[in-house]
Amino acid sequence: MAILSKEQAEAILKKALSFSKADECTVTLGGSEGGNIRYARNAVSTAGDSSQMSLGVTSAFGKRSGTATINEFDDASLQKVVRRAEELAQLAPENPEYMPILGPQNYLEPVGFKASTAAMNPDKRADDVAKSLKVAKDSKLEAAGYLENTTGFNAVMNSKGLFGYNRSTDVSFSVTMRTPEGTGSGYVSKSYNDAGKLDTLALTKIAATKAAGSVGAKAIEPGKYTVILEPLAASDMMGNMFGGFDARNADEGRSYMSKKGGGTRLGEKLFDDKVTIYSDPLHPDLPFSTFSFDGRPQQRTVWVDKGVVKKLSYTRYWAQQKNAEATPPPGRVVMEGGNSSLEDMIKGTDKGILVTRFWYIRLVDQQTLLLTGLTRDGTFYIENGKIQFPIKNFRFNESPVIMLNNVEELGRPERTENMIVPPMKIRDFTFTSLSDAV
Amino acid sequence: MKRRDFLHLSTLGLGAVALPAFSRDITIEEALTPVDTALKKRMADIALNAARSKGATYTDVRIGRYLNQFVVTREDKVQNTVNTESYGMGIRVIANGSWGFAATDKLDNDSIAKAAALAVQVAKENARLLTEPVQLAPQKGYGEVSWKTPIEKNAFEVPVKDKADLLLGVNAAAMQNGANYINSILFLVNEQKYFASTDGSYIDQDVHRIWPTFFVTKIDAKTGKFETRNSLSSPRGMGYEYLQAGAAGKISGVTSLYKDRYDMREDAIAAAIQAGEKVTAKSVEPGKYDLILDPSHLWLTIHESVGHPSELDRVLGYEANYAGTSFLTLDKWESKNFKFGSNLVNIVADKTQKGSLGAVGYDDEGVGTKQWDIIKDGTLVNYQVIRDQAHILGLKESQGCCYADNWSSVQFQRMANISLQPGKDGKSVNDLISGVEKGIYIVGDGSFSIDQQRYNFQFGGQLFYEIKNGKIAGMLKDVAYQSNTQEFWNSCTAIADARDYRLGGSFFDGKGQPGQVSAVSHGSSTARFNGVNVINTARKL
Repeated sequence: MAILSKEQAEAILKKALSFSKADECTVTLGGSEGGNIRYARNAVSTAGDSSQMSLGVTSAFGKRSGTATINEFDDASLQKVVRRAEELAQLAPENPEYMPILGPQNYLEPVGFKASTAAMNPDKRADDVAKSLKVAKDSKLEAAGYLENTTGFNAVMNSKGLFGYNRSTDVSFSVTMRTPEGTGSGYVSKSYNDAGKLDTLALTKIAATKAAGSVGAKAIEPGKYTVILEPLAASDMMGNMFGGFDARNADEGRSYMSKKGGGTRLGEKLFDDKVTIYSDPLHPDLPFSTFSFDGRPQQRTVWVDKGVVKKLSYTRYWAQQKNAEATPPPGRVVMEGGNSSLEDMIKGTDKGILVTRFWYIRLVDQQTLLLTGLTRDGTFYIENGKIQFPIKNFRFNESPVIMLNNVEELGRPERTENMIVPPMKIRDFTFTSLSDAV
Repeated sequence: MKRRDFLHLSTLGLGAVALPAFSRDITIEEALTPVDTALKKRMADIALNAARSKGATYTDVRIGRYLNQFVVTREDKVQNTVNTESYGMGIRVIANGSWGFAATDKLDNDSIAKAAALAVQVAKENARLLTEPVQLAPQKGYGEVSWKTPIEKNAFEVPVKDKADLLLGVNAAAMQNGANYINSILFLVNEQKYFASTDGSYIDQDVHRIWPTFFVTKIDAKTGKFETRNSLSSPRGMGYEYLQAGAAGKISGVTSLYKDRYDMREDAIAAAIQAGEKVTAKSVEPGKYDLILDPSHLWLTIHESVGHPSELDRVLGYEANYAGTSFLTLDKWESKNFKFGSNLVNIVADKTQKGSLGAVGYDDEGVGTKQWDIIKDGTLVNYQVIRDQAHILGLKESQGCCYADNWSSVQFQRMANISLQPGKDGKSVNDLISGVEKGIYIVGDGSFSIDQQRYNFQFGGQLFYEIKNGKIAGMLKDVAYQSNTQEFWNSCTAIADARDYRLGGSFFDGKGQPGQVSAVSHGSSTARFNGVNVINTARKL
């Protein structure tokens, strides 16, 4: 059994701590259970279940610390792992950046666990995939997809009396539908904490519609275009920008958050007025652990408010150096939007390009956060408020920082994979070449 | 672990390392004591017999002990030293014509038998949704055999203190030469793998890999502009001897380039100076250029544009939902005249190449490794296949490309070392450069991106030198080139000879759902490509 209750976890952590002889000791315990099923060419290719749990001990003598882990939990094993961490700590060089451990903290009550997701089993997964395969058969398309569910817990306790426990569930589904000749391709990818919301039939139908609709793509010239990014495409771009919220990198002068002449751009207006980004461990659709890996409480944090950078994340060491609040990095982020549906946004567009998703995004320039990547699985030309025809995929070279300055309109936000973002209408998005890929 | 995760890991502090699944911390003494082969054979036989008794028609067993060591530093600080071990057994079976898999880290007789039974049960469940039964290419049993990476010095035997001292020395040298920051990392891997199958093989292998690398940053305080220069090392299937620098195997040019030995300190000094030069270098004028690509750069272009599209599982659609499919469709191979590249382009797959990341004696389904042609005189002639794909190409045996990144992962088709063969007309790198009127010489790998069928790509690099009228005319920056795979390889007009041949590679090639990594090398000599589209990547915020 890899998912322990709060009381079970607390008992093991207490027992482990009782063996500690170090100046300071932190013990963490985490486990997960889940399974997956993968299919391609309209048949299941692999399936598996996994279950794992491990305990980690970090012991410190002064500024020397050592970490050891174990996956056995009897008294002798717990004692052994604590001794191992202590031996490693005594051998380790002094870490000038070592921070004393935190005392007791108040954490929010986590909301990320849903029994419906935890109850998923191989039969349920196979049934969900069978629904997806039926869509493929009925629409004479080829399906390749992946369904995975996970239940996890993590707990932390230290020798100054800190204790935290968190439990969560997640289910992720993605499917690619292709025409048998390989001339059209459609895709969806969605994650939920509540498996009750997963509808593989409806999602596969969306992918099927895109696959059929993307046949016969025409080539149009690369250049700057107004784009409507579906939430998945928008989150593909956004996912690359939060590393920049690390204060140390910014202070050291090596991020887009660095200020010319030194310091950070905290407090500056870096994005369009419409951009507000926050994280909230209690968000009903996008919850995350109520404490960070080093035991700091996670709470609702506004990172960008109406385009102004409101917070950067700090390690405890760097916060001390800079006399700043030690805000941990966000677990998951939410970007606010408007009320328009994707359809409304298309209706209101004279000329533009609808992007389903991006693919193979890589950083080109750290200073400006310039990214390159390609559109994939359904790209369409919009004119006079209507989708006119599918177009061939483009390569783009664009920075999400520039993108979030060129916001025309934001639609209704939704959860994609690990982010909640709105569909976005962006002007002057830079496409630099065409791709023959379908 | 994805490359990005690894790079992220390198910047974390002590205690913040997320150990791989099922891993535990381990002392060096434990790491250096291998598991007794007779014991592994006994455990394997329990699994083979249990699966057979439950109805499996084929079974293979992998008992894996995966050891990793990281030493992570920045400037004058050791941020982290981690040793991990992951040990367990994966059992793969065919029952009712379908694959099934189960894994266990509990290696008592009962747990092994239970895992074998579970694998058979999974196979039978999957068989309900089967469209065609698995056809496994025949494979002779090898009996009890073994293979070991031909290392000169086991890097795990070198004290961690020596490694930390090496990295701190490298960092100090970079800082003394003008770097503002440097992160350096030494990453070691030892896979102790035991394979047994109902074909009658009992294969014991000891595989070693090493990767020393660094990232230097130089900041211009006046303008706030910064530039980076990464290490020109290459991850290798070698021992600690890779770090024993010497004049042998070094190639001098605009910067020192390394064959089978790496002088990390020398490269870090060069990196610090060159990062400074990059800050004031000329920003490239976009347009068409003839490119001269060094092997430290070209390996990644080969990996993305030749390695991936010639994987048969991608061609067939098994990766359609993640990594994608391939433009190298079977009809192109069947035509026997698909012109992938110019006549100079000869690309081989090789699972035996000494010092490479992909070299093993036998793959993860018990097939002895070999070398074969993928592109012959510019024409597509073959793919990379495993046992259950061989019949699709009419092959009588697998090419030995099966790999799993852990005992707990299912083995599947992974990339062999895919390498461009050296030119045969005795050309040197200088000969290549001297023939270029307007060009760019690119050293080191940088940003990389390619579409899901492997047509359109864009690559950056570490160092860019303008070539004017056959001569290096100074450093450029903000360079990336975009091309189409077939167009690019057909524009290959010269390849330096074997004296310049070197290996590059990746520790973290990602594929599959759930994702797995594999390590793979790509060799080449410096090569010339005519009239490639170069873009300028500078932007203003």
